[in-house]
Amino acid sequence: MSEAIPILRLEGIVKTFPGVRALDDVSFTVMPGEVHALMGENGAGKSTLMKVLGGIYAPDEGRIFIDEEPTVMTSPLQAKAKGVVFIHQELSLADELTVAENIFLGELPLKSMGRVDWAKLYGDTNRILKTLNVGFNAKTRLGDLSIANQQMVEIARALTVEPRAVIFDEPTASLTDAEKVVLFDVIAELKSRGVGIIYISHRMEEIFKITDRISVLRDGQYRGTLETAQTNEDEVTQLMIGRSLDLSRNESHHELGDVALEVRGLSCGNLFQDVSFEVRSGEVVGFYGLVGAGRTEIAETIFGLRNPSAGQILIDGQEVRISSPIDAIGYGISLVPEDRKAQGLVLGMNCRDNMTLPQVSDLTAGPFVSDGAEIAIFDQYRDKLDIRTPGWKQIVGNLSGGNQQKIVIGKWLSMHPRVLIVDEPTRGIDVGSKSEIHNLIRDLAAQGYAVIVISSEMPEVLHVSDRIVAMYSGRVMRQFTSDEVTEDSLIQAISGIEAQVLA
Amino acid sequence: MNIQTLLKQGAIWAFIVAELIFFTIAGDFLSTSDKSFMDFDNMLLLLKQSAPIGIIALGMTIIMINGNIDLSVGATFALAAVVMLDSMTWPFMVALGDWSIPLAWTFALLTGVVLGAINGLLVWKTGVDAFIVTLGSMLGYRGLVFMYNGENPTSKLNWTLVDFAEAQFLSLHTATWFLLAVTLVLWLVTTKTVHGRNAYAIGNNREAAVNAGIKVGPHFLWNFILIGFLAALSAVVFYSESGSVNPNDGMLYELWAITAVVLGGTKLSGGYGSIISTLGGVIAIQLLRKGLGHIGAGTETVNLVIGLILIAVLFLDRQLNRKGKEELKI
Repeated sequence: MSEAIPILRLEGIVKTFPGVRALDDVSFTVMPGEVHALMGENGAGKSTLMKVLGGIYAPDEGRIFIDEEPTVMTSPLQAKAKGVVFIHQELSLADELTVAENIFLGELPLKSMGRVDWAKLYGDTNRILKTLNVGFNAKTRLGDLSIANQQMVEIARALTVEPRAVIFDEPTASLTDAEKVVLFDVIAELKSRGVGIIYISHRMEEIFKITDRISVLRDGQYRGTLETAQTNEDEVTQLMIGRSLDLSRNESHHELGDVALEVRGLSCGNLFQDVSFEVRSGEVVGFYGLVGAGRTEIAETIFGLRNPSAGQILIDGQEVRISSPIDAIGYGISLVPEDRKAQGLVLGMNCRDNMTLPQVSDLTAGPFVSDGAEIAIFDQYRDKLDIRTPGWKQIVGNLSGGNQQKIVIGKWLSMHPRVLIVDEPTRGIDVGSKSEIHNLIRDLAAQGYAVIVISSEMPEVLHVSDRIVAMYSGRVMRQFTSDEVTEDSLIQAISGIEAQVLA
Repeated sequence: MNIQTLLKQGAIWAFIVAELIFFTIAGDFLSTSDKSFMDFDNMLLLLKQSAPIGIIALGMTIIMINGNIDLSVGATFALAAVVMLDSMTWPFMVALGDWSIPLAWTFALLTGVVLGAINGLLVWKTGVDAFIVTLGSMLGYRGLVFMYNGENPTSKLNWTLVDFAEAQFLSLHTATWFLLAVTLVLWLVTTKTVHGRNAYAIGNNREAAVNAGIKVGPHFLWNFILIGFLAALSAVVFYSESGSVNPNDGMLYELWAITAVVLGGTKLSGGYGSIISTLGGVIAIQLLRKGLGHIGAGTETVNLVIGLILIAVLFLDRQLNRKGKEELKI
């Protein structure tokens, strides 16, 4: 590969923000036809590096070369003109416009007098869509597409120019396994055309499946580049965090208490049907399944955010009716939601106020909130959960993902719940904090909490659960104890393969 | 408190000081009056004149911290004034003599509470955006004002009432005391109570607030009742002295109140804001009006300048906020 000219070369990039050296002498090269993974914990500098490449930040030092030509990037649009395009994790598309209008947004082909050349627009769009092999056309309204297909539109948008380098930022975050296959085909196609690809992801499995080389950043510094074929997950993890992550099977066994939560025949429209399971005190029950299998919806129903169409919920053997989160909290049910920024935290508020939010009305002295009582609770759970923050006044939005998640968990623990539901406990959290959260969940079970963990990551489910409920398409396919579960049987269950066996 | 919050919360007061210095110096050259701008009596008058819009703006702050808005306050203000003055002419009220005063006030304040509750219930129960709901009620309430007495003013001058309104205690006028009392109470509510905490939480992330078991609907209702009450209180304070209300009175008050709140740094999108800064915003606007008048500018110039300053201030605020985005993540 040393003979070929790199498509993209970053040399000695330095970027500092007040108080932090976000990028410290980072160099990085992408060859034609290469899929190059960029990895690192959250805050390691990946996003900053990509923003420098896209011209959003000007680097303090260092140079960017495209085809060995020194280039100054000034804006994402200019980067695109030079053939460097970005596929963002968060889609930036307009729901009400057609696929074609989205793809050519800002660059609509024009006829005289500023009229849109619709024929050319739809023709060009359909030509691009054909190369992506998708099942919708140029005139489809974007809002009618699935997330995966919307992502395809985002990709199509990158292909309106002949791209030299394409940057994928966590592209599979919201895709199902089948949809990932399509995405990987597109990447392979681009690769065969000699396009250089930067692939940013936290998911080791994908990285090892599709990339040629892996470069790792840690604390803003370049830590090295590995040939994917000659390395393994351990080596990469060690580069990223300086140690390896323990994701062995859960083998701890302690005495389980009584059944804390029982669900009988719970259904909610076409989201999930006839779901039954129980959770004992001291037990972690893992819910595993594909995106859309109905796991989050079950949690939301138990927490009172959705109304069940049938079935019963029993707490400590008593049937209860839960029609709002207020009811659920009253019965000792807590939910750490899937999207902590949108559903769990008040990002503009400080750490203490976030933690005491559900119980602040009980922390009053006269008409006013008692500062002392609040700080006492915050201090207790900061120490218990090892939350790293300069102080309770720190705005939660400024904390790292791992610490934010601990604030949410602390918020509910301070309510002394019977049942703690944790939806995607480590989504968007860096590797180091992941194992802390895992240990925390095991500790909580050991202390007698009944815990439900919903996760899309099999190693995580296997690592933390005493029992695993496998779901497929809104139904419970099978329940496993941690002793009997195997990866194969679990994958079969969540793919619906056992449906025939049972039927 | 770090430098940035100090800068943001102190900015409005620095702006007020700058206005005072500017108008004092400019006044020496341009004013036809030989009185200095920073004359003590002039400043007392300024505070008094700030009260009607100020009391409404303070209530608007908590509405806007919620992420809502109330466009009907000007109409509520007018209707409460009509009810107060008209009720004092009713035969049984006349018979009560000066004892009709507290009763008339109660009628006016109840009017505000009821109108506010209607807004609050609509926002709560229909889920329609507060902007739309109060846009409708702004028109509707104003319609009620005209239905009451046509195009004619409603008048009732009661000299006991006028004496009370013009009284000065520790130099400050009655209206100023009301303004300060409302400021104190709302400051305590927003910074020290559960209700205040919930107001910020709902405005910042409504979904997270619902998930934490906060009853968002009733919370909104209370705040709309509060601002309805305050709009009526503002009318009570103002018309006790003037004794006559035109059906068009209070028009654009909602926009002046919002201007003062925004100038004080409260975000239109909710989740952030401060009562004390709104008081600063109110005083800054009144200073501009008075100061520009002092140096001989007409009303039209005043409005132009205030408009320009509002946009300039929000532009600066944006610049300051953007800097914060690049802060260190721990």
